[in-house]
Amino acid sequence: MRVGRTLDGMSDDAAIRVRGLRKTYGESLAVAGLDLDVHRGEVFALLGPNGAGKTTTVEILEGYRQRDAGEVRVLGVDPADPPRDWRERVGIVFQGTGEFDELCVAEVVHHFAGFYADADDPDKVIERVGLSAKARARTHTLSGGQKRRLDVALGIVGRPELLFLDEPTTGFDPEARREFWELIRDLAAAGTTIVLTTHYLDEAEALADRVGVIAAGRLVEVAAPNRLGNRQEALATVSWRTPEGTLESAQSATPTALVAELAARFGGEVPGLTVTRPTLEEIYLTMIGHR
Amino acid sequence: MTTTAKPAQPVTTASPARRRGAAGLALRQGRLEIRQFLRSRESVVFTLGFPLIMVLIFASIFNEEIAPGVSYTQYFITGMIATGLMTVSFQNLGIWIPIERDRGVLKRYRGTPMPKWVWFAGKVIMVLVISVVMTALLLAVSVTLFDLDLPSTTTAWLTFGWVSGLGVTACTLCGIAISSLARTARSGSAVVTPVALVLQFISGVFFVFTNLPSWMQQVAALFPLKWMCQGLRSVFLPETFGADEPGGSFELTRVALVLGVWCVIGLVLCLTTFRWTTRRDG
Repeated sequence: MRVGRTLDGMSDDAAIRVRGLRKTYGESLAVAGLDLDVHRGEVFALLGPNGAGKTTTVEILEGYRQRDAGEVRVLGVDPADPPRDWRERVGIVFQGTGEFDELCVAEVVHHFAGFYADADDPDKVIERVGLSAKARARTHTLSGGQKRRLDVALGIVGRPELLFLDEPTTGFDPEARREFWELIRDLAAAGTTIVLTTHYLDEAEALADRVGVIAAGRLVEVAAPNRLGNRQEALATVSWRTPEGTLESAQSATPTALVAELAARFGGEVPGLTVTRPTLEEIYLTMIGHR
Repeated sequence: MTTTAKPAQPVTTASPARRRGAAGLALRQGRLEIRQFLRSRESVVFTLGFPLIMVLIFASIFNEEIAPGVSYTQYFITGMIATGLMTVSFQNLGIWIPIERDRGVLKRYRGTPMPKWVWFAGKVIMVLVISVVMTALLLAVSVTLFDLDLPSTTTAWLTFGWVSGLGVTACTLCGIAISSLARTARSGSAVVTPVALVLQFISGVFFVFTNLPSWMQQVAALFPLKWMCQGLRSVFLPETFGADEPGGSFELTRVALVLGVWCVIGLVLCLTTFRWTTRRDG
């Protein structure tokens, strides 16, 4: 009896709330005390290198893995033992594709739609993910990008409030990636809360309202992409060439003033002048401990 | 819960994708499984084709009498019906479930609101339908080409029904159970095929059971196929042949007992070992 996507009796706006999540595989600690909050309606990216614990974390949130310790609430429910109605509200796009080689696109989407009480029109979903031309094609004839679209179709056909996407664009060519991003933006605009994992910085930057950087099983920072690692406040590096021809550089919180001063000193053009701030990639690599 | 709660529901989204009741979901799942089976060439050739081809070959080569009024052909065909039932259930599931698990199909189903039992029901419906089709094909070929007589009494038909039903149930449960032994998609048939082949040789399918060494008979008697063959012989062979069986009769009570025990074993194994994801998926 859902009236709207978000007005279903939940007073708080937390789609996901995680405290002290831990998971070990044998000797190795995959998730080491992770805290996470995802708000309703936002696009949240879990960014981190391979093996950082992204997929483990997400699969615990999806109810596929049991945690060793910690408190987890996804749409107000503990995913370790979810009621059936919870599955109606959560859409999942896995890292690997689930292949139905003997069926065509339309058959698979129609079949999955039948599992949900409040499913979307399967044909419209196929159109939305851009597979209308392939609706009658056997799924094993689809390209990698098309298979991924089918995965997304199955993830959204139940009209989920919360959609998980695990490394959705790995292996895509740049154009397919752009198209995929558009699809995700559409879904977000329609009010779906989206949690995606990625190891692509540009993807996190392009899609996410907030990015959580995960390294060695811990969330090391959560911020809007343009604020990650205090990027805006980071010192700028001003460098120029001295009259003797050697390269000089200085870190400055007020680079404009420094450039004005240099301009005055040189009486006009400053030879070899550059002003740079750390790129997102540099900040990210520092955060995950690669620098 | 009620349609009045959603007054603004657009007409276009209502019709194609409304959730069915439990039985409807199961039937729909069964239909999808059958469709997938029939579209898979390997399934059709190996599962449906194998028993038919074997009957055509063996029944054409050997036709000596093995007992008064009983030809090897008749003996072999009953064994082949039992084998066919085992192929459709045990081998079919034991080979295909690991493939579906490996492809992520099972994981994907688990991520939907589908009740778990619906998936199993779909497999069972598929096995039952294909079993009936295969048995009908085998009987049609055998009756037309190899002078097999269909059962003439209601009792015989009933025995045919319960022996097949119980046998398929036991083999289905064991097939689902053994599917969890395979670590990858490819290893399913490596696990299942040798088991099935050995059972065929020691259970009185290719050779007359009582001609086998007694230790072999005793090993075979631990498994369902021997009892399925014996139960079906009571249906298709003359009553007098019962005296030629190892126990001196067709021992239908024992057939029911052993197959029933295997149903329980298979069910327990399914409930305790079934995996929706591969090992590397955790």
